[in-house]
Amino acid sequence: MLSLKEKDRPIVGKLLCAGCCVRCVLRFCCVGTCSAYRRSYEDIHKELLAFISEESSPQPHDASGEEKTDEPPNKRLRIDEGSTEGSVTAAQTDSDICPVCLGVLQDFCDPTFAKQVSDAVKNQQYEFDSLVLTVSLPAQLSVREHSCWLHVKKEIREKSMCLGKEDVIQVKDAFKWAVQGKIGQELGAAVLANSSCEVSVGFMHPETEEDCHFLANTCPDCFKPTKNKASIFTRMAVVKALEKISEEKFSRHYPCPPKKTNTRCTALDTTCLHTSVFIAGRYNKFSRELPQTPWVIDGERRMEGSVEELIAAPLLSSFRADGFNFSSSGREDVDVRTLGNGRPFAVELLNPHRAKFNRTEIKQLQETINQSSDKIRVRDLQIVTREATSRMKEGEEEKTKTYSALIWTQKAIESTDLEFLANIKDLKIAQKTPLRVLHRRPLAVRPRLIHSMSSIYLDRHHFTLKLCTQAGTYIKEFVHGDFGRTKPNLCDLMKTNADILELDVESVDIDWPPAIPD
Amino acid sequence: MEDSEKKAPSVIDRYFTRWYRTDLKGKSCEDHCILQHSNRICVITLAESHPILQNGRKIKNINYQISDGCSRLKNKVSGKSKRGGQFLTEFAPLCRITCTDEQEYTIFSCIRGRLLEVNEAILNKPDLLLEKPSTEGYIAVILPKFEEKSKSVTEGLLTREQYEEVLTKRNQQEEPC
Repeated sequence: MLSLKEKDRPIVGKLLCAGCCVRCVLRFCCVGTCSAYRRSYEDIHKELLAFISEESSPQPHDASGEEKTDEPPNKRLRIDEGSTEGSVTAAQTDSDICPVCLGVLQDFCDPTFAKQVSDAVKNQQYEFDSLVLTVSLPAQLSVREHSCWLHVKKEIREKSMCLGKEDVIQVKDAFKWAVQGKIGQELGAAVLANSSCEVSVGFMHPETEEDCHFLANTCPDCFKPTKNKASIFTRMAVVKALEKISEEKFSRHYPCPPKKTNTRCTALDTTCLHTSVFIAGRYNKFSRELPQTPWVIDGERRMEGSVEELIAAPLLSSFRADGFNFSSSGREDVDVRTLGNGRPFAVELLNPHRAKFNRTEIKQLQETINQSSDKIRVRDLQIVTREATSRMKEGEEEKTKTYSALIWTQKAIESTDLEFLANIKDLKIAQKTPLRVLHRRPLAVRPRLIHSMSSIYLDRHHFTLKLCTQAGTYIKEFVHGDFGRTKPNLCDLMKTNADILELDVESVDIDWPPAIPD
Repeated sequence: MEDSEKKAPSVIDRYFTRWYRTDLKGKSCEDHCILQHSNRICVITLAESHPILQNGRKIKNINYQISDGCSRLKNKVSGKSKRGGQFLTEFAPLCRITCTDEQEYTIFSCIRGRLLEVNEAILNKPDLLLEKPSTEGYIAVILPKFEEKSKSVTEGLLTREQYEEVLTKRNQQEEPC
């Protein structure tokens, strides 16, 4: 039973006269029980009519009735009697579409629409056990709501009562209360306030799009010009303008109560969106002919394959995701191998249709990736939270990395010539942005530290140099000097021209993601 | 690996293409070498045939102040798109070099684009320019104007082969440098 009170009676009458649908009537009476909105239209209508036909009498109405007002009985609204308030059931205009919700709380609250929404979700084949329902309504509904509220306010002000706009139940909430039970039932999932799976239902009403336009003249500063052809009448802008505009000004520009329309809202396609899932791990790169990300210049692919594509492909298909974003803790060049424990990375899978995987299944995915190519290897593959991925980039300047480089020297060397390298600790160098990346990086000077070095003599013109450096150090430029723009460099230290023939990353010293024992 | 001086291609060979402009502004033998990186950035250097590098000349002074209002040292670029860099045409002067024999030479941009940096190391140590004109003795780094077709930047520039032909012709005519 509806918990309507004495004071609601005039509101109910006034709204029904204006052609409001029964659920909008409940909203303006601040009925906050979900079950009320789930009842059928006819049911609610019957009870409302019964409610207003009662006299203001000592007999309490149904469930409520604690109030006994001392006011003189109002003009009673009689069914089918012509009164100064107007008849309640007589159709005053042709359409029976609610001028406030434009039909959203009428036919769209029927089980058939709920089933339609559910079927659309089922077609998209998501796996989930809960969902959140979001509703988007056309901006002009706020205008009509405001108009109706002013209309009601006027009536009750005369009775020295007050109805705050916040007390009125919002159309969105009423709609959700009406349909979520059926939707949850159809989909076998709980409809919650928060969930990783979002089902969006939207409505539009082209017929009344111009309802908002007058606000642009009365409150111009609320509406910012938009870059593309999008309308400036966004929901937020309209709501803001309605907060600013005075009652009197509003009433001058817009009818209160709102005028009826000939058409009702049309429903947009139901869309689903699953929040991103993050997969982290560490990768090794064994090929000297594999870029980390696709190498494309002017639309042309310069080299086949990439680390990110090799890792993401099996993930995309298992999670049935629409796309991905790949990020890692630093990068290596095409011709550089990544050895040791590998480099931490994270893949954000966008709109995954399946998001739940257990440890075994993830292990299996890791195997699949490793079997797919001998150019890379992945370890410690695991699902992580979005927040955890920031661990990858944190402290980038403090972390260290170790490398192994094959060095050529112009002058002939003996193994004794290399001994001094092991004694150099925390060598400060200044690196101007290397010429080879200067086209896409700002010009700057980067101070960096070479923490330690050691060497393995190979022959009179070659040796292996091992280095432990601060993260962000350009190793190749430290070796050949980059036109003298990295100072000091290995050529300076060894007093000869030197060049780097091969480079390997031996370790990336970050302890994330957590190791997964095999 | 062999015990020999022969080696794999140098940094310049691996990443750069050599282009040349000879007899800048009609001045005999004042040849420049433009090192164009595969990412289109260009390094302006003296070609090995430039007079400054001949006959054991020594450098007295290098001046980046090319006019009352313009010093290449004041060049400042910011951001990824290198905003603020001085705009250069092919014949924009980069610097003026005076040798100990009082000969003065102007080094020119040779390409159209934005000046990214000039080499300040040679101000302190002019010998760098004499000893390592193609690497540590570079003059300037320029971001060319035409982004898509780097070929159009090098229109009017000579390839290495064409440059060598010019040198051969000169030797035959025995032009003094």
